[in-house]
Amino acid sequence: MSPTAHAPVGEHGLQEPHARTGPTSHVPVGTAKVVRALVRKELLVELRTLESVPGMALFAVTTFVVFHFALNQNTVSGQEAAGILWVTLLFAAMLGVNRLFVADADQGGFDGFLLAPVDRTALLFAKALALLCYLLVLELVAVPAFGLLLLGPPLGQALPGLLAPLALGDLGVAAIGTLVAALAVRTRARDLLGPLLALPLLVPIVIGCARASAPLLASAHPGGPALRWIATLALYDLVFGLIAYAVFDFLLED
Amino acid sequence: MRTPSLRALSISTVVAFCVSLSLVFFYAPIEAEEGFLQKIFYLHVPLAIVALCGFVIGGLFAIAHLRTGDQRWDLRSYVAIHMSLIFGVGVLLTGSIWARASWGHWWVWDEPTLVSFLIVFLLYATYQPLRFAIEDPERQGRYASVFAITAGAFVPLNFIAVRLSASYVHPRVLGATSNLPSSMALTFLVSLAAMALLFATLCSYELAAKRTRILLKVRSRTLGFR
Repeated sequence: MSPTAHAPVGEHGLQEPHARTGPTSHVPVGTAKVVRALVRKELLVELRTLESVPGMALFAVTTFVVFHFALNQNTVSGQEAAGILWVTLLFAAMLGVNRLFVADADQGGFDGFLLAPVDRTALLFAKALALLCYLLVLELVAVPAFGLLLLGPPLGQALPGLLAPLALGDLGVAAIGTLVAALAVRTRARDLLGPLLALPLLVPIVIGCARASAPLLASAHPGGPALRWIATLALYDLVFGLIAYAVFDFLLED
Repeated sequence: MRTPSLRALSISTVVAFCVSLSLVFFYAPIEAEEGFLQKIFYLHVPLAIVALCGFVIGGLFAIAHLRTGDQRWDLRSYVAIHMSLIFGVGVLLTGSIWARASWGHWWVWDEPTLVSFLIVFLLYATYQPLRFAIEDPERQGRYASVFAITAGAFVPLNFIAVRLSASYVHPRVLGATSNLPSSMALTFLVSLAAMALLFATLCSYELAAKRTRILLKVRSRTLGFR
């Protein structure tokens, strides 16, 4: 890539005697800047195509309806409510995870990114942040819909306590989902493998989130979120964030 | 070149199994509460420990593969995980039989170790579908290694999480060797060693078979066969 000292390349080669240190001496672009640009691109693509988020939200609302008929109950509360909420959010998230890298794999996004002289981990951060945004939008729709359609006790009193498990659950799903999506996207059966890989890895998240939010959704004597579960979730998110950070580069090495 | 070590391994495995089975049936005392059926403990727990260690070792080999780029580590990682999966089927079967015998149900959700093992098993069951859904052999090894590292780190984490989630735990009389009578502890340790030897032997056989197949392919190519 670096030009030799005898043959300066580029149009400005003649004007700049120090061409060797001129156009090719790339000051490494800060990772934060790259991440920002990539997140902007992701969100712009999503805004223009609306491929993932509306589908995820619609899926979540439909699943609540399905749960109503499958359980034959008008309202749910407590552990049952927490379970329904988290299973629905998780499966809706899987739709987004499955689509996360498809455009990059099919339309040359990976190649374009790999040609750029930037830190490869930036892609992990950007995709995880984009997925986090999708999940936040999903929850803006799905949680009120859950309160409206299925939840017995009023949602308002549970909502402040729900924020912590929701946020930590989103972080975990974003980290694990991004890693799994990158693993699965270049296989033949990617739509199948993504959820198969992700669900076992997400079981601890489901345990933590459902246990932490169950007391909040109880019909009688709603309590605060279980702090033990919040701590477990935070630890799990941290560990899997680090694992994803450590291994992600190897998925792009082509 | 490989045969002497393979033969030694095989013979020591057979000897270890003879010793451990005779200890299980003739030396270890019959447990007071569960009776004769408790003897499945000497099969189930070593199987589980060896399978879990095999998963983690597969992850360590995968780290070596990604660091060195040497395909042989990938082969070792693949063999360790493949063999652990087979052992894992044995763990779930013996666990079910034991649960049926002592608690009356084929499956009990209150037993966190069994539940976490199932989750780990389900995760690793996707290892081969993932691996063989990738055509390019170099990328196949790399992706499989990334999976093996992630899943290897997940094994202990998952056990912690599921253990935390169990609202109450069955009285774990046989959980640790520390509170076993010494005759039972000795039998257990010998069974564990025998199972580890079996794992090592089977892995070496599979590795030898795979190496031979690769060698055969290379030789036939150089000789001009297709």
